[in-house]
Amino acid sequence: MSLTAVGEPAAERRRAPLGWLLWPALLAATVVLVSLPAGALPAWMTRYPAAWQVPVAAEISAFMRWLMESATFGVFTVRELTRGIAWVLDLPLAAAKAVLAGGIGWGRGAETVSLAPAIPWFSALIAGVAAGYWAGGARLALLMGAGLGYLAVFGQWPSAMVTLASVLVSSALGAAGGLLIGLACVRWRWVERAVSPLLDLAQTMPVFAYLLPMLILFGFGPVSAMIATIVYAMPPMIRVTTLAIRAVPPEIRELGAMTGCTRAQLTWKMLVPSALPALMVGVNQVIMLSLNVVIIASMIGAGGLGFDVLAALRRLDIGAGLEAGLAITVLAILLDRFAQALATKSARAPERDPERAARKRRLLTGAFWVAALLWLAAALKPDIAGYPEALRLSTAPYWNDLVRWINVTFFSTLEAIRAWAFLNLLAPVKRFALALPWVWVVALVGIAGYRLGGFRLAALTVALSLFIAAVGLWQVAMLTVYLCGLAVVVAALIGVAVGVASATRPRLWRAVETVIDLLQTLPSFVYLIPIVMLFRVGDFTALIAIVLYAVAPAIRYTAHGVARTPPALVDASVMNGCTRRQILTRVRLPLALPEILLGINQTVMLALSMLVITALVGTRDLGQETYSALAKADIGKGLVAGLCVAFIGIIADRLISAAAERTKRRMGLGR
Amino acid sequence: MLRSLIRALTMGMFLALTAGAALAAPESRDPIKVTLHDWTGQLVTARIMGETLKKAGYNVDYVQADYLAQFAGMRTGDLTVAMEVWATTAKDAMDEAIAAGGVENVGETGMQAIEDWWYPSYMKEKCPGLPAWKALKDCAEVFSTPETAPKGRYLGGPVTWGGYDDERVQALDLPFEVVHAGTDAAMFAELQSAYDRKAPILLWIYAPHWAPIKYQGEWIKFPPYEKACYDDPVWGINKDAKYDCAKPRGPIYKAVWAGMKDKWPGAYKAVKAYAFDNKEIGELAAKVDLDGQKVEAVVDEWMAKNEDRWKKWLQ
Repeated sequence: MSLTAVGEPAAERRRAPLGWLLWPALLAATVVLVSLPAGALPAWMTRYPAAWQVPVAAEISAFMRWLMESATFGVFTVRELTRGIAWVLDLPLAAAKAVLAGGIGWGRGAETVSLAPAIPWFSALIAGVAAGYWAGGARLALLMGAGLGYLAVFGQWPSAMVTLASVLVSSALGAAGGLLIGLACVRWRWVERAVSPLLDLAQTMPVFAYLLPMLILFGFGPVSAMIATIVYAMPPMIRVTTLAIRAVPPEIRELGAMTGCTRAQLTWKMLVPSALPALMVGVNQVIMLSLNVVIIASMIGAGGLGFDVLAALRRLDIGAGLEAGLAITVLAILLDRFAQALATKSARAPERDPERAARKRRLLTGAFWVAALLWLAAALKPDIAGYPEALRLSTAPYWNDLVRWINVTFFSTLEAIRAWAFLNLLAPVKRFALALPWVWVVALVGIAGYRLGGFRLAALTVALSLFIAAVGLWQVAMLTVYLCGLAVVVAALIGVAVGVASATRPRLWRAVETVIDLLQTLPSFVYLIPIVMLFRVGDFTALIAIVLYAVAPAIRYTAHGVARTPPALVDASVMNGCTRRQILTRVRLPLALPEILLGINQTVMLALSMLVITALVGTRDLGQETYSALAKADIGKGLVAGLCVAFIGIIADRLISAAAERTKRRMGLGR
Repeated sequence: MLRSLIRALTMGMFLALTAGAALAAPESRDPIKVTLHDWTGQLVTARIMGETLKKAGYNVDYVQADYLAQFAGMRTGDLTVAMEVWATTAKDAMDEAIAAGGVENVGETGMQAIEDWWYPSYMKEKCPGLPAWKALKDCAEVFSTPETAPKGRYLGGPVTWGGYDDERVQALDLPFEVVHAGTDAAMFAELQSAYDRKAPILLWIYAPHWAPIKYQGEWIKFPPYEKACYDDPVWGINKDAKYDCAKPRGPIYKAVWAGMKDKWPGAYKAVKAYAFDNKEIGELAAKVDLDGQKVEAVVDEWMAKNEDRWKKWLQ
């Protein structure tokens, strides 16, 4: 068999002193294998035989059907239990929605009797600005005013409040749940061992994959959307909690033990408060991730801004879609900055000057009173509660015209670029990825795992890739690898270049940071549709969208790593007469390499999470599998395809982390 | 606040009284959940139904639900009414749900779904034989792009819509490649882009929809659909293949949760009686998508103008 013939010598060289030859040899072998004429390899090697497939999807479907339709605890069924949970979770959601968006009252559906309207925009604006001032001073107050003002002036207010309500509730539940699970992980090792693989799955599995079981278990509507959001957004909180609690200095624990704290007192009165600044980072992540899934949540009844974006883009009103999308960005920025201000405030010593502190407090309560009185006024005279239609602004027509203008003027240029990229980049890589024999890919992944992390890592990567082959999704998985891999390479090239360029130039960095913040919080669907108009449906469009979304961490980590080079080393190299260029290539970049690798790792994760979105512009990979499984109500197929995405992510994550760890150790940077 | 409370209460009572006087009282105060999907025509039909039921005093909730995933919710009674189930795209999903229990097909809406290959009128100059499907054999080059050349490019609907386009290309031996759009937003984005530039495009368009109203164009004339064409390879031009004909032009059905008949018999009858035609819904949808009016406003206007029609459904 030619595979073993080529594979064996390469494997033997593994331990030989010529270890650096391993990768070139493997590469050469791969090229040879791909360029072999059809039929040279036995068929079972090139294509996973259908007879070996394990019908996992069908079994999962059958199991889920049993779980949802007949499983019972005796007194009540599983579905009654989950419906009960949904009912409980709906209470805070309904309350938040009532206050912010719907109005307070009782009754169901159309016969709701209204007691008071939702908090009117001017009250919310006043309260928001005051809270901003209290938490972060004049700058935050200004930002609050501008952000909330945007929502009101551009007519996004009602939808934004629906989204805000669900994001606030899901973030609060996600943060609280994450904190509790994280504490349990710290306390009991077995909990951590059980939870940590689930965290990997929850972070890498596309939301579409588990949406359907959620819909059936928790019912159609906002609650299911919220639970899906929590599942997606909670893992970072759990991770941050375990790290932060473990990092609490031992002196504090000892103090607790000496003063005779009970376990609960030690946890809640000492550990959690002293870890609070770090915990706030997790809260921040939860908020950001919750806003990330606003669009997907709106597909199953969460409504709000996500629905506005989708609806606007469906009627090709790009400007309106952009404005609604920007409203999501505004919410993200406001929540993020506010949470950050709270975190720094809790870390800072309390205000020294009692008079200033009192004045600030007076101001805050005063503003809240004004807001409350205005609310009351709005309750009595409902006509004034809404933002006046006549004062509403919209830039939508300009955006629509801009896209049309670009389309008519530059299409032939863009088309030439697209055709070139397709013929010279995408098509060859795609052919290459599909021509790779699956056995060889599994072997490669195993060898890489062994080299980078030893036997255990090799076993993990081989097992995960065998799963993908065994469920019969190898072809689509390779399409995924091709599209994501290419996107990651492009994003890494751009990201490292931009990161290096901006690391030592603070002003450039500020501009770059604004752009990448925008790219990460603006729902990708907003720019996806204009890209489709300019580049047509197809892989190239998907590639651009993935690169735009996934480039941010590559830039961020590179800039961070390069900027963090110890100044002593830079000084030493200047004294040794290094040029600027030499300092960069010989000192800064090598030292930043582990950090850059972590950034690329994040880029891979983001690229994989974009798959579901690119499925909406017609890619045919695993993202499409999960999406069409959702549409066909095929639970098993969706979950299996989702697992495959997760496994690809986990393989990439483990390999890259191991590589980063190795380079770190080699350079003596180990912690 | 108190005043508004009192006003709300009296309003509620007033509404209940007037509704009760005009029509029979609703059998249950639980909300009837009407599903909303993501195309405008459906939003209009669903809201007209919902508003009609509201006039009869029923408690109506509108719920966003995915077009195909909604059947899972309907089987359990989470969702009550789906106003547009297209024979062309969702018949299989509906029949499956009916077979599994919990869903009932309550007949046709009166609208006819057309879903087929469509091109803008200006393409007739470049390919004079259109709309006859045989002309496509000679004009493939006109419709080609670098990826598909020398074959033509046909932009199909999302994979989930089905439609057997790949099979049709095979069966009719058309020199075309089928590219699937992931959503219809992406599909119409491409149409808009090509239309602005008068560039070649051939794609899947369905009606009732605003697109065939906004853009000038025609559907390709394939051999007309017959059931035998989809079942029997021998039928039609290609003796060895199925799908050598146009897509079926099927009715659009209404579906409800099976328990509706007993819980809200009156509303059930109203849903059953509801009827519309393509042109009317297409025009209402165009008011929303082309003139930028709100769906609610368009529906309210229709309700005010056509009182006799919706009253009839309620009897």
